[in-house]
Amino acid sequence: MTTDTTTASLAVREAASGTARRRITRNDVMMYAAILVFGIVAPIIFPNYTYQIAVLWLMVLFAQTWDLVGGQMGYNSLGNIFFFGAGMYICTVTQIGLFTDVGAYTSSSDGGQFEFSTEQYYIGVAVGLVLAAIGASVLAVMLGWIVFGLRGPYFAIGTLGIALGAGELVGAWEWVGGGGGIPIPVYPGSGDGKAFFYYALCFGTAVATFAFLKWLYSTRFGLAINAIRDDEEKAEAMGIHTLRHKTVAWAISAFFLGIAGGLFGNMTGFIEPLEVAFPVITFGIFMVAMALLGGKGTMWGPVLGAVLFHIIKETTWTYFLGWQWVALGVIIILNIMFFQQGIVGWMQEKWPDLFGIEVDRSLVADTADDRARGRGV
Amino acid sequence: MLDNLNLLALAPLLNIQLLLDGIFIGAIFALAGYGLALVWGVMNVKNLCQGEYVIMGGYFAWYAGTIGIHPILAMPVAVVVMFGFGWVIYRVIISRVVDKDMFTSLLATFGLAIVIQQGLNLAFGPEVQIAQSGLETRSFFDGAVTVSEIRFVSFVICCVLASLIVLFMKNSRMGQAIRATAQDARAARVMGIDTDRVYAFTYALNCAICAAAGVLISMIWVIQPFYGLTHSIRSFVIVTAAGFGNLPGVILAAFGIGVAEQFGGFILGAELQQATVVGILLLVLIWRQALMSRRRQALA
Amino acid sequence: MVISNRFVLAAVAAVAAIAAPSIAFAAPCGTITLGSAISFTGKYSTNGIHAKNGYDIAVKRVNEMGGVKIGGKCYNLAVKYYDDESTPARTAQLLERLIKQDGIKYMLGPYSSATTKAAAPVIEKYKIPMVEAEGASRSLFNKGYKYLFCVISTSEQYLASSIALAAEIAKKMGKKPGDVKVAMAFENDPFSLDVRAGVIDDIKKHGLKIVIDDKLPRDLSDMSATLTKVRALKPDLLLISGHSKGAATAGRQIAEMKIDTPMIALTHCEAAKIVKKYGGAVNGFLCPTQWAETLSYKGKYFGTAAEYDKLFKATYDGYKNVPYQAAQASAAVLVWKEGFEAAGSLDTEKVRDALAATKMQTFYGNIKFSKAGNNIAKPMVLRQIQDGKFNVVAPAKWASHKVVYPRMAK
Repeated sequence: MTTDTTTASLAVREAASGTARRRITRNDVMMYAAILVFGIVAPIIFPNYTYQIAVLWLMVLFAQTWDLVGGQMGYNSLGNIFFFGAGMYICTVTQIGLFTDVGAYTSSSDGGQFEFSTEQYYIGVAVGLVLAAIGASVLAVMLGWIVFGLRGPYFAIGTLGIALGAGELVGAWEWVGGGGGIPIPVYPGSGDGKAFFYYALCFGTAVATFAFLKWLYSTRFGLAINAIRDDEEKAEAMGIHTLRHKTVAWAISAFFLGIAGGLFGNMTGFIEPLEVAFPVITFGIFMVAMALLGGKGTMWGPVLGAVLFHIIKETTWTYFLGWQWVALGVIIILNIMFFQQGIVGWMQEKWPDLFGIEVDRSLVADTADDRARGRGV
Repeated sequence: MLDNLNLLALAPLLNIQLLLDGIFIGAIFALAGYGLALVWGVMNVKNLCQGEYVIMGGYFAWYAGTIGIHPILAMPVAVVVMFGFGWVIYRVIISRVVDKDMFTSLLATFGLAIVIQQGLNLAFGPEVQIAQSGLETRSFFDGAVTVSEIRFVSFVICCVLASLIVLFMKNSRMGQAIRATAQDARAARVMGIDTDRVYAFTYALNCAICAAAGVLISMIWVIQPFYGLTHSIRSFVIVTAAGFGNLPGVILAAFGIGVAEQFGGFILGAELQQATVVGILLLVLIWRQALMSRRRQALA
Repeated sequence: MVISNRFVLAAVAAVAAIAAPSIAFAAPCGTITLGSAISFTGKYSTNGIHAKNGYDIAVKRVNEMGGVKIGGKCYNLAVKYYDDESTPARTAQLLERLIKQDGIKYMLGPYSSATTKAAAPVIEKYKIPMVEAEGASRSLFNKGYKYLFCVISTSEQYLASSIALAAEIAKKMGKKPGDVKVAMAFENDPFSLDVRAGVIDDIKKHGLKIVIDDKLPRDLSDMSATLTKVRALKPDLLLISGHSKGAATAGRQIAEMKIDTPMIALTHCEAAKIVKKYGGAVNGFLCPTQWAETLSYKGKYFGTAAEYDKLFKATYDGYKNVPYQAAQASAAVLVWKEGFEAAGSLDTEKVRDALAATKMQTFYGNIKFSKAGNNIAKPMVLRQIQDGKFNVVAPAKWASHKVVYPRMAK
């Protein structure tokens, strides 16, 4: 897709995406163990930060699912947030609709008075999350047929349009409360219990997403979407059914985002279309920014980017008062201008051996030459 | 919805009102749309902060109003200042992303859009602002159709600006250089055109055009730091539908979207007025895709 | 490693020497910190900052008057703020943060109905009482929340008196209520939709007829399509609600399109500064308000409403009118103060019970909470723009001027 890709850098890139396929070393095991232990122990050691760390795991999930389509497949979507919102609404409507009339519950005159029993609540959440995941995937497949004919900027703008339009349409849909939003069924238990419950779900979903994507990138499917990124025409010529691969990749991304949406809706306690469910210019852009910051098209880049971004955001956000958004814009611009490969991408270039990338030195020399000769052509 | 359609059928004058409103506002959309077509066509930059430049232009008019100058007089100032601003933005940011892949310029200008929005918010606050033209409203057909003079005046100004741009593109050296670069940048460079300068000029010109549109918008609608995005989306719809370098197409598409918004707002309800724009965008994209795939099949 | 005893003693003595004066001369008051996540940035930030100023001026006033006295000990009030960026998506996160990390046990509300709707379930879970002054949505008070208290009149009252007024005028003119046509244009957001729900109930009660029921988009900059409908259907009453931007857009386009509806009521006139913007063109608009400096309310902290108005303008630069958003925020702080003293304790449960039993008179009006937590002792008043001035015209008990019907643009 990219016009300035030389064959040499292609080779390096392919080697780079080979990271996922190499053997698992002891270092890896240590790292996974450390993260798992942190994830499990964190709410016990830092009980006051449970909610924020839960959001952190969602951020990691955002960046990873964006990277599946944007980084690994080269289709830069600005509208992945659509699936987040769709999942949120599907989950909420299921939670309510299983036990009472949704229209009456959401009506702004006297809605939301229904009392959910403990059992109803957990059944609602469980069924809701499953349906959210499936529903978001189905929507992805349906939309995939439409948008995957679009290339490059048209794809980005088309997906942006879908996310913006979805917010407006849901806002006009009175049955789900329209712009008035829906108060989410209340968790039957204490505040700490709720925080812990959703923490566990967020962490579990993020880990499952990571494991699944790691496995996915090691399969033929992973190679195929990499091939689509590097040269879609060639990939097609080689017999890869590109539309099918693209749609499936998007549906996978949507599957996990749908769950994330359902979880975040429940954690927020009140949802409405424009600000919470389809926040195109907050979460929708965050997920791109995080993946780019960490390094798109890599396994750990989005994770690292999300962690860094979230920590910076949570620690400094409240002290900037008004300037935080300017700072965010500047970070995106600088990131794009000077640091497109992201942290992990930069590290891979600097110390390829560390990532187990076997680089054909002669090709690398060529690439460097190419760079030196004519970047701006 | 059916009631509204019925109403349109019963009172045909309403159609005239909506049509006029749509065309007058569409003329302003055409300016911003043409600016985008320019930067997209010439330098392949998808400028997602188009709407923010429009809003910035609007604040010039608003400011002029607050210090007692007629807002329309702010237009020359806005155009000149925004031209300089565009030049600086090109030198600092756009020149570094102009030859990168397609997503880069989109995201960089998105970042820029966020900075501009928040900058305006910090400078002028989030209140909705207006510029008062002080002109009257004329009634026709017993008051069933009203045309405010400012809409008409701004329509005329749009026509004048568009003609100026056309003349400039046809006759001046820079205009010719811009057209040459749009056709083939490499060939233009070989022929001795300083394409970097052409790019800078094109981008700055776009900012100036947007600023002019903004001055007019602030006298007809209202402005607010966060209102840029819908203007950007409109510009993208216009360019996607019309293609680059096609001024008649841009104008037609802009009128189309202006009118469609008015009728969409009337028939579907005002809450779907913006959804109409987005819906048209998607339809245009799908339509283009259908055309493309037919062409691909023909080639195969 | 051995540290000699003498060294330790010396160190302790030094610390004591530094600390001693501060113990001896420190102000005898402790501190009670209230928490609030409010909008400093984003689309609600104008009103968010009005509210913050309201909180701050009341905190200052309470502290000047000797602070909060509980069981012979005195406490100064302080407020810890976070910026919710005008989005309910941040509210729950920030309240968790206030409660869990900053250990705040007493809350002040955020700005807007949407954020308050997101805040209420959180405080309810943690059993942290919140007195809020900026979330008017009626649906906040039918959920059985026990820790939520609201000093303002709920959303259905905003435009109710304008409908009563229209019905009354129709009666006087010998018109049947069924012939009175109402056009409505409400923003598609939690606040305006709640106002709309209240309006529809009232319209049904009086038997008027709805001819237009449009919803306005969130990023509103043009409502000419709706107004074209208004011109075609000639309603007798036009109701508009859409925060400041709705009022600004409506003011401009009603004048521009020469809409001659005899009665027009819209929310947020003062916040949108429509008189300053449009002058005579908005003459005769009806504007509901929670509070006005001309009303005869009086309380012990700020004196009369007019005195509060004066003090506020002297404290903060750039206010021509004191927005009611600031006044009600101040009232919320006063409710906290009295609540603490009535409870005689810092225990959240005891304070909650004391808050529930609040009955006080303030510059902002009387405050008494229903079982659901909303203030039922204060009316909403309706003001009409008459020659550039806001004059109270309804309800009759508070009216200082007669309503001008039909309205006349100048």
